[in-house]
Amino acid sequence: MEYVIEMLNIRKEFNGFVANDNITLQLKKGEIHALLGENGAGKSTLMNVLFGLYQPEQGEIRVKGKPVNISNPNIANDLGIGMVHQHFMLVDTFTVTENIILGREITSGGRIDIKKAEQQVREISERYGLAVDPQAKISDITVGMQQRVEILKTLYRGAEILIFDEPTAVLTPQEIKELIQIMKTLIKEGKSIILITHKLKEIMEVSDRCTVIRKGKGIGTVTVSETNPNELASLMVGREVVFKTEKKDASPKQEVLEINNLVVKDPRGVTVVNGLDLTVRAGEIVGIAGVDGNGQSEFIEAITGLRKAETGSVKLNGKELINQTPRHITESGVGHIPQDRHKHGLVLNFPIGENMVLQTYNKKPYSKNGILNFKEIYKKAKSLINEFDVRTPSEYTLARALSGGNQQKAIIGREVDRNPDLLIAAQPTRGLDVGAIEFIHKRLIEQRDNGKAVLLVSFELEEIMNVSDRIAVIYEGKIVAIVNPKETNEQELGLLMAGSNRKEAGEVTNV
Amino acid sequence: MSKRLRSILTPVIAVLLGILVGTIIMIVSGYDPIAAFTALWNGAFGDIYYIGEVVRQFTPYILAGLAVAFAFRVGLFNIGVEGQFLVGWLAAVWVGVAFDLPRVIHLPLAILAAIVAGALWAFIPGLLKARFRVHEVIVTIMMNYVALHLSNYIIRNVISHKGDNTGPIHKSATLRSEWLESLTDYSRLHWGIILAILSCFVMWFLLERTTRGFELRSVGFNQHAAHYAGMNVNKNIILSMLISGAFAGLAGAMEGLGTFEYAAVKGGFSGVGFDGIAVALLGGNTALGVFFSAILFGVLKVGALNMPLEAGVPNELVDIIIALIVFFVASSYIIRVFLDRISKKEVK
Amino acid sequence: MILVPSTLLWAAPLVFTALGGIFSERSGVVNIGLEGLMVIGAFTAIVFNLTTYDTFGSATPWIALLVAMAAGAFFSLFHAVASITFRADHTVSGVAINLLATGLTLFLVKLIYDKGETGIISKGFSKVDIPVLKDIPVIGKIFFQDTYWTSFLAILVAIIVWYVVFKTPFGLRLRSVGEHPMAADTMGINVTKMRYLGVLLSGALGGLGGGVYAQSITSNFSHSTISGQGFMALAAMIFGKWHPLGALGAAIFFGFAQSISIIGSSLPFLKEIPSVYLLIAPYVLTILALTGFIGRADAPKAVGTHYIKGSR
Repeated sequence: MEYVIEMLNIRKEFNGFVANDNITLQLKKGEIHALLGENGAGKSTLMNVLFGLYQPEQGEIRVKGKPVNISNPNIANDLGIGMVHQHFMLVDTFTVTENIILGREITSGGRIDIKKAEQQVREISERYGLAVDPQAKISDITVGMQQRVEILKTLYRGAEILIFDEPTAVLTPQEIKELIQIMKTLIKEGKSIILITHKLKEIMEVSDRCTVIRKGKGIGTVTVSETNPNELASLMVGREVVFKTEKKDASPKQEVLEINNLVVKDPRGVTVVNGLDLTVRAGEIVGIAGVDGNGQSEFIEAITGLRKAETGSVKLNGKELINQTPRHITESGVGHIPQDRHKHGLVLNFPIGENMVLQTYNKKPYSKNGILNFKEIYKKAKSLINEFDVRTPSEYTLARALSGGNQQKAIIGREVDRNPDLLIAAQPTRGLDVGAIEFIHKRLIEQRDNGKAVLLVSFELEEIMNVSDRIAVIYEGKIVAIVNPKETNEQELGLLMAGSNRKEAGEVTNV
Repeated sequence: MSKRLRSILTPVIAVLLGILVGTIIMIVSGYDPIAAFTALWNGAFGDIYYIGEVVRQFTPYILAGLAVAFAFRVGLFNIGVEGQFLVGWLAAVWVGVAFDLPRVIHLPLAILAAIVAGALWAFIPGLLKARFRVHEVIVTIMMNYVALHLSNYIIRNVISHKGDNTGPIHKSATLRSEWLESLTDYSRLHWGIILAILSCFVMWFLLERTTRGFELRSVGFNQHAAHYAGMNVNKNIILSMLISGAFAGLAGAMEGLGTFEYAAVKGGFSGVGFDGIAVALLGGNTALGVFFSAILFGVLKVGALNMPLEAGVPNELVDIIIALIVFFVASSYIIRVFLDRISKKEVK
Repeated sequence: MILVPSTLLWAAPLVFTALGGIFSERSGVVNIGLEGLMVIGAFTAIVFNLTTYDTFGSATPWIALLVAMAAGAFFSLFHAVASITFRADHTVSGVAINLLATGLTLFLVKLIYDKGETGIISKGFSKVDIPVLKDIPVIGKIFFQDTYWTSFLAILVAIIVWYVVFKTPFGLRLRSVGEHPMAADTMGINVTKMRYLGVLLSGALGGLGGGVYAQSITSNFSHSTISGQGFMALAAMIFGKWHPLGALGAAIFFGFAQSISIIGSSLPFLKEIPSVYLLIAPYVLTILALTGFIGRADAPKAVGTHYIKGSR
C-alpha cells in the first residue's frame, strides 16, 4: 500500500456553506505532507473530518487501502490517526497525565490507577524526546510543554499518522527548529505526518509534498523539491502575490509617544512588562517584533488604559497618560485597532453604523443632552463605510454579519477618522485574506505619510519587516533591540526574539 | 422568512404549544378541555368585573416583566424581582399607613418609597456583581428570602403589634378610584395601569433613544468593547439593577396601594417575580413585547380562577401551561429551526 | 443535646440535593431547578407512601425514596432536553422546571385527593437510636441517639459521590465535559451523553432530597412543603466549591442554621435572638461567602454553555 491515508472527493457543508468541495488528499507512508491554504480555506475542516469530529456529506476515506467510516475520534484513534490541535485541547485544571489518559484511563478495580498512568507517560515521553512533568497542572506549564502534551496524547493512543494543525503559531524560531527535529524523529520511528500550515518557509524546509486548498476547493498536489515559495503562494491565492508593500522612505519628525520604564503585571501577579522604553515619532511606523507571551499584549493594554501599570511613564506629545481611563487616552489623541476585534473592537450585535460611534456617541452631533441623533450617526457611518471600502449590505446591518476583513476595515475607519496623533495597530491582519491585508498595510503607511505616529504589534515577522520603518524587538517584557528592517533578516530577528543579544545574533547570521 | 416575522412567530408558537400540551394533560386527567377553556374565557372576559380584574392583574406583571427585561438587556439575570417587589409593597404601605397627608403629596410619596425600596434591594446584588464579580442569580435568590422574612418581621413587630397585617392605608394614599370601580362593577382596577404603561414607554425611550441606553445596551452585549470604548461598565451594571429594582418596587406599590391597600405577613412568595421572568422572556425582553405578554398572563391567571367553579378543573393547570410556555420560549432555537425548514419548503 | 441530630435532620435533604447539583454543574449544565426536583421528589414519596403503606409496611418510606429518585430523574429530563438538545438558556429552563413542578404537583394533588394538600403519612422517618453505637460514652449520646438513618445515609452518599467524581474514569470524563467540552470531544467522549447523565443524576438526587425532607420533616405534601430548600442546596453546592465533601460541610452548616431558627427558642442563650435573624442567617451567610469570605469559588469553566459541534 503506497498510501497510508486517502481522502477522496471529500465534501463537507455547514448549513449550506461549503467548507470542503471535492477535495482529494493522499498521504504516503513515512512522508511529511503539508496542507496549505489561507485562513478559512478549509484545511482544519478537512482534518477534522479525518479525525472524526465531522462527518462528510460526500466522499470516501481509506486507511491503508481499506475504506473506513470515521464517525468519532475514538474510531480515528483506533485507526491510528492522532491530531495535535492548533488551539490546545487541554483541560486547565487537570494534570498533564490526566489530560493524556482522558478517555483511555488506566484503571484497577474501578478507580483510576494514576501512578501507573504517570509511569506510562514518562516512558513515552522519554522514547520520543518530549520532556514533560506528568504531575504538573496544565495551567502552570509553558506553551511549549503544553504542545508536547498534545503530541503525547496522540502517541499514548498509538497514533501512526499524526496531524499537526498550525503547530508553529506560538513558537519562537528556536522552538520551531526543535519541533521540526521532533517531527523528523517521529518519521524515523515510522510515523507519517500531515502538516497544516500557511507558512511557506516551513513547507519548503520540512515537507516532502504539499496539497493546496483555496476557498474549499483542492487546487493540486506538488512535490516540494520541485517548487518554490512564490509558486506555492500563487497557488494558494490564485494570483501573483506581491510580497513587498510599496512604500517610500519615512521622514520622521518630533517624538509623539515616549514610554519610559513601563512595568505591568499580568492577572496572576507576574511581571510581564519589565521596564520597557520606547519612542515613536510622527511620520514613522515602529513595529514590535516578538513571540506571543513576551508582554506585547499587556504592554498595549497598559498604554490604551485597559490594564493597570505598576510604574513608568507614558507620554503622548508630552502629556502623561499612564493609568488614565480608556476614554481619556482616546480623547487625548490615541487610536487603537485592538488585537481581538470581536472582544474589544466591536459590539457584534449592534448595527455596524452604531459601532462607528462607539467612542463618540456622547458628543455632538451624534447626541445632544443625552438623546441620540440617529440621523447624524448613520450619516457619518455611511461616509466612513464608503471611504474605507467596508462591504456591507447597509449601514444598518449587524456587525456580526460582516466578514472579518470588513469588520477590521470598519474599525480602522472609525479610529482613523478620529484623527489620532498615535495609531496603535495590534495584530491588525490576523485571520484576514491577502486582499484585506494589502488594504490595511496601505492604510497604515498612508497614516504614516500624513504625519501620524504608528505603532504596529504583530506575530507575523514578514508583516513587521514589510511595513515598519524601525523594528523594536520585545523579549521578556523589555525592548532588547531596535533595528532597521533594511539591515536585518528574519533569522537575526528570530534570534533576538529568543533572547540573544545583537552581537551574537549578528555573528550567527552574518548580517 | 424575514427575521422580524420569525421573532414574532416564535413566541406565538411557544404559547400555542403550551396550550396544546396543557390540553393533553387535561384530557389524560379526565377533564373536559373545551369546558375548561370556556371557563377560562368567561372568567376573563365574561363580565366587565372580570375585565377590570384582568387589567388589575396584569398591571404588576407589566412592571415585573419590565424589571426582568431591563436587567436582561444589560446582560443581568434579575431573579430577585420577588424580593424587590415585596420591599416595594411594604415601603409603599408603610408610608400609606404612617402618614396622613393630602393625596397629591401622599400618593406620590408612597409610590416613590416603593421605587426607592425596590431599587435599593436590587442595588446590593448589582454592587456585588460590579465590584466582586459575584453572580447575580444566586445573590438575588438569597435576597428574596431575606426580603420575605424581613418584611414579615417588620409587619409583625414594627408596623403592627404582633399582628398579621398592617391594617389599611389611608385613603389619601390609595391608587383606587370610585370612578374606575363603578366602571367595572366594583373590581379592584386602579390607576396603577397608567403608571405601568408609562413605565413601558420609559424603558423603551431610555434604552433605545438615549446615550445612557446606548451604554447599557453595549455593556449588555459586550462588556469588553464597552470598556474599551470608554464606558464605565461597573456603573452601568449597578444602574441597570437600580432601574430594574425600581420597576419591581413599583410593581409592589401596585399591590400595596391598589389591589390590597394593606400588607400582610406572607408564608411564601407571591409568584409575581417568577411570572415576571416568564413575561419578559415571552416578550423578547422588549417594552412592547412585555406589555402584550403581561396581558396574556393576566388573562390566563384571572380566567383560571373560574376553571374550578365552572369546569371543575384545578386552576393550577394554568400554572402548568405558563411553565410550558417558558420551556418552549427558552427552547426557541428548535422552533426557529422548524420555521426555517418550512420556509425553505415555501421557497422551493 | 438535640442539636447534632437536629442539624443533620435539616441538613440531609440539602446534602442529597447539593450532590445532585454537583453532578449537573460539573458536566456543564446549570441547574436552578433543584427546588422543583425536590418538590417532585417530596410529592412522589408522600403519594407513594400514602398509597402503598398497607402493602409495604415499615419498608414503605425507603421504597418511596427509590420511587422519588426515579420521578426526579424522569422530571429532570425536561431540563436536560431543553438545555442540551434544544439549547435553551440553562437558568431559564431551571426556572421553568420550578414553575412546572409546583403547578403539576398541586394539580395532581387536587386531582387525586380533591383538596389542596395530602393527608399525613403513617410511617415516615422518625427518631431512632443507632444500635451499638448509641452506647459509646459521650459521643453516643450526641451523635447516635434520637437521630435519623437518613442523616447517615447522606454522609455515606457524599463520600461515594466524592469517590466517583474524583477517582473514577466516569468522574474524570464528567469533569472534562464541564471544563472543556471540545477537548473531551476530541478524546472521544460523548459530551451530550455525559451532560444528560449529569442532569439525570441531579434529578435522582434532588428527588431523593425531596423525598427525605417530606418523609422526615413535614410528613405530608402541600404547596408549602418545599420552600427554598432547593435554593439552599444550590447555595451549599456553591459554598462547597462544587466539591462533594465541601457541599456536605456547607449543607451541615446550613442545616445547623435552619435547625437553630426552629428550635432556638428552646435553647438557653439563643432565646433572646429575634427569630428573624436566625431565619435569614443562611441566606446572608451565603451572600457573604460568595463575596469572598471563602476565597474564589470557581465554577466549572464551561458551565452554562452549549456545546455545538462545528463551532469555533
